[in-house]
Amino acid sequence: MTQVEISNVSYSYGKRQVLKDVTFAVPQCRVTMLLGPNGAGKTTLFSLIAGLLALPVGTITADRKTLGVVFQQPALDLELTVAQNLNYYASLNGISRKLAASRIDELLGPLELATRRHDRVRDLNGGHRRRVEIARAMIAEPRLLLLDEPTSGLDIPTRKSLVAYLHAQAKARNMAVLWSTHLVDEVEADDHIVILTNGQVAADGGVEDVLRQSKSKSVAEAFTKFAGAGAA
Amino acid sequence: MTFTLAYRALIGIIWRECLRFVHQRGRFVSALVRPLIWLFVFAAGFRAALGVSIIPPYSTYITYETYVVPGLCGMILLFGGMQSSLAMVYDREMGSMRVLLTSPLPRWYALFCKLLAGTLVSVMQALVFLIIAYFYGVHFPLWGFVTVIPALLLGGLALGAFGLFLSSLITQLENFAGVMNFVIFPCFFLSSALYPLWKMKENSLFLYWLCSFNPFTWVVELVRHALYLKFNGPATLVVLACAVIFASLAVISYDPKTALVRRQVS
Repeated sequence: MTQVEISNVSYSYGKRQVLKDVTFAVPQCRVTMLLGPNGAGKTTLFSLIAGLLALPVGTITADRKTLGVVFQQPALDLELTVAQNLNYYASLNGISRKLAASRIDELLGPLELATRRHDRVRDLNGGHRRRVEIARAMIAEPRLLLLDEPTSGLDIPTRKSLVAYLHAQAKARNMAVLWSTHLVDEVEADDHIVILTNGQVAADGGVEDVLRQSKSKSVAEAFTKFAGAGAA
Repeated sequence: MTFTLAYRALIGIIWRECLRFVHQRGRFVSALVRPLIWLFVFAAGFRAALGVSIIPPYSTYITYETYVVPGLCGMILLFGGMQSSLAMVYDREMGSMRVLLTSPLPRWYALFCKLLAGTLVSVMQALVFLIIAYFYGVHFPLWGFVTVIPALLLGGLALGAFGLFLSSLITQLENFAGVMNFVIFPCFFLSSALYPLWKMKENSLFLYWLCSFNPFTWVVELVRHALYLKFNGPATLVVLACAVIFASLAVISYDPKTALVRRQVS
């Protein structure tokens, strides 16, 4: 079963076309890794799915009422505390204060933020801020989670723990995750992979399928081949 | 959109705006200091130079301080509206505006909540200013504190909607200084906030007409009449129309399908 259907989507900024006839589906309860080099059109595609940009060509079928988003650029209110940021986002989704409080407890524990809930976001480091962003995106229990390079700028241990946490959450919460990145080590064996290069889908399938298509031994090698071919 | 979602979102957005305001104490102080300097220093200095005749809603000769207080309330609303607009540009650059726009709320409602929250903060500032002015010696009926609230709300919504519309046109935070110079100062000085329009008419008919067409003049007159328990029908209609027009333009401009300025995502 799919959570998002993207069909024949194209998009341009003026004369510069950034997406060309993009078609793929995001399955439920699974992480779809949208791999692409910088400038491949990943963020534009995310903005189209989230409804921040108008879709001129193609169709995107997604229920935006059950959507959680972690943007590439931080989107927290630095003046507010962790709990206040999460409460604010919960209210935007019509969640009561009581329910929000229990979900905040539930989310902050595994993200190792339980003791920082009353700290101002301004006082947190980059890794903790990213975790708060993830908690914020998940507080409304979305069916679809969009993660636009959620681990950018983080150290390796933090990155690893977030990758493991998010993969586990996709299964536990019955959630579709669309995760854009250019860091191939974030891909796990049962992920769905879409490789985007120069605004076009170069590969789409399970890890095994993509390795077979590219005659590669690793995702890194496959990505290099497709990204290289796209760039050529 | 269900009633529960609409209600909780509205409370949440107002709550966040109040929290931000409380955290930024400097913002509260500067919002009060600006009109107080005009009242304590400017008005005292110009009292003799700018005599004021008997004009509605006043029934007798008044001091310049008395005349200028509604204009300074308007100044608080104007700066409050522009401050909210600046916050919107900042929020958009920092990404938190995207959080609001990707929530399940209809876009027009999300923007309305934001507008109302900013207006409530401005109205609170204006009421605090009026209390200080009252104890300073500027007298108006005590019921004026109550009757001025709807006028402040309507005026604040109109000016906030104008700021919201402006924020949709500004692509970068750096451009906002230009807006301050080209919008706030002409709005404030080409109005009845500091001098009655008949004085302007005596000196320049052209400037008088500019002042008459300035929506800010109507906001000031609405507040002035409400403070003295008078209802100004034409001002109410003009300010209401401005609020609706600017809010509609803002909604159109924030909708990616109809946006006047197309931004590249980052």
